[in-house]
Amino acid sequence: MFSRDTWKEIFEAIGKNKLRTFLTGFTVALGILIFVTLFGMGNGLNNTFEKFFGDDATNIIRLFPTQTSIPYGGYKAKRQIEFDNGDMEDIENNFSALIDYITPRISRTALVTYKEESDNYNTRAVAPGHQYAEKTIMMKGRFINETDLAEKTKYAVIGRLIERDLFKDDEEALGKYIDVGGSAFKVIGVFQDDGGDNEERYMYIPYTTRQLLEGNNDKVAQIIVAFNESIGYAGALQFQTKLDEFLRKKKVISPEDPRGIYIENVADNLKKNQQFAGALQLIISGIAFAVIISGVIGISNIMLFVVKERTKEIGIRKAMGATPRKITGTIMFESIFITAIFGFFGMIIGIVILNLIQGETLEENYFITKPAINTGTAVFVTILLIVCGAIAAYVPARRAARIKPIVALRDE
Amino acid sequence: MIEIKDLHKSYQMGSNSLHVLKGINLSVGDGELVAIMGSSGSGKSTLLNILGMLDGADSGEYVLDGVPIKNLSETKAAQYRNKFLGFIFQSFNLINYKNAIENVALPLYYQRMPRKQRQEKALQYLERVGLKEWAHHLPSELSGGQKQRVAIARAMAAEPKVLLADELTGALDSVTSYEIMDLIQKINDQGNTILVVTHEDDIAHMCKRIVYLKDGVIERDEKIEQVRAESYVQ
Repeated sequence: MFSRDTWKEIFEAIGKNKLRTFLTGFTVALGILIFVTLFGMGNGLNNTFEKFFGDDATNIIRLFPTQTSIPYGGYKAKRQIEFDNGDMEDIENNFSALIDYITPRISRTALVTYKEESDNYNTRAVAPGHQYAEKTIMMKGRFINETDLAEKTKYAVIGRLIERDLFKDDEEALGKYIDVGGSAFKVIGVFQDDGGDNEERYMYIPYTTRQLLEGNNDKVAQIIVAFNESIGYAGALQFQTKLDEFLRKKKVISPEDPRGIYIENVADNLKKNQQFAGALQLIISGIAFAVIISGVIGISNIMLFVVKERTKEIGIRKAMGATPRKITGTIMFESIFITAIFGFFGMIIGIVILNLIQGETLEENYFITKPAINTGTAVFVTILLIVCGAIAAYVPARRAARIKPIVALRDE
Repeated sequence: MIEIKDLHKSYQMGSNSLHVLKGINLSVGDGELVAIMGSSGSGKSTLLNILGMLDGADSGEYVLDGVPIKNLSETKAAQYRNKFLGFIFQSFNLINYKNAIENVALPLYYQRMPRKQRQEKALQYLERVGLKEWAHHLPSELSGGQKQRVAIARAMAAEPKVLLADELTGALDSVTSYEIMDLIQKINDQGNTILVVTHEDDIAHMCKRIVYLKDGVIERDEKIEQVRAESYVQ
């Protein structure tokens, strides 16, 4: 079937029937092209989505103390719960196997001044682990470390935009002293963050230093616990429940009290976000698949037309001694050959388009980041279309091969 | 060469059936040049189609070169057509996107003859019909007579046992018709068996035997004095 002569016959038929070849090829190429572009854009939307919501670590549980709403254990309702250093230590000791790191966060707004420039910024008093919780990226210098905590150093790690705001004329911030609410802090690091502009106008200081400044207390406003990712989603939910029970017992809060302690599990949010992104991708995949289906229908129509157009030729060939198998084979190989060549052509063009359109404009105006399709999917769909094209060609080809030559010859 | 006994064929036309061939008995020997004549509806084209294995008979016997032709599968019929028969049609039936030599080589392609050999043979037959110089022209660049010559070359290229011609001059003017008949006669002179279906008297009389068909039966079957087409040419 694959003799050189068969190929020559096929090439000849393709080459000498340019309009027909073009029509079939165009449908296939366009179908694949639209699929690849659409699917790639869908992936791009997904990427944007992940960027928006993937700015923070996903293995995090945030604990917030609030007022109780139910009297319990001898305490009245509306008691303000507070966390302190001891609570953090207890959590760490009790759940050490499950915990990656733990950090408090004490947020205060402070007037920050350097030379002539000053503005109000949000300061966050934290432990070293906070860097991972927020996925803070150090541009220069370093983040808060354990020594800073122990020595209660007056060191500050400032956001990229604070440096830009306060240090004019590209002055180097590292090593300079800035005034933070009346105390002098040495800038030891500058960071950036993917979370957007606001995230880059924060300032991090050691939480022990903050406690020292506020009358040497041991209060921590918020506790962030990062769990070991290997425990999985179900494990995280379980851990969250245990943590809740543990703290309610320690702080004497009713297990029925909806308030007292508020726990926010990032993994929970993440799951919802992923579901949303998944649904989005599903819709886009649906549309893309519909395009492929209509491509297949397009090929079927063209093949039907091609066979009809060639009925007489088929009759002549049969009179000359072509067997039905030979006729079916030739028509199908022709179809497969055209769909394969044009299909891959469309796929390449689609990938090139995806590469060309990606950039800032698309990212900012249409929320499409790095649109791309993985090669496996693209190749699979192209092959799918080729196979469907072959099937679409087979039905009319088989019918054509069965027509009595006398009927085919009469066809005008 | 051809033995036909009590051949019947009817076509279903809606609810009533049309009995086209009502018991044909015909014997054609080696090297004969037979004209099958008859008005339209006499069944002459149907007979030719059955002889050409383009259509099947309802009942009766058909033996071609000692091979019984009955209940053939499409594949078998295609192989027999290729081996035994050469067709010449009224409307030439050349493949329009293939040039003359490729058209002539087509039956050889289905015989799985190697390409080079095919080309040589096709050219040889084109030379015999006087179109060697036109080998690489497309059918659209040829005149009606030239197209029919290509078709004749194609029919002969596979070296069949019998040539079947259906109104081969029907689309040609009389001068060209005689030229074509001259060619047919010369091919016959070399010993080829040829059957010509026609409704033109002068064409029929250029054969050696005329079979008159009327309403599905053979009305008359006579040997005649052949009129040589040569005398009309030039």
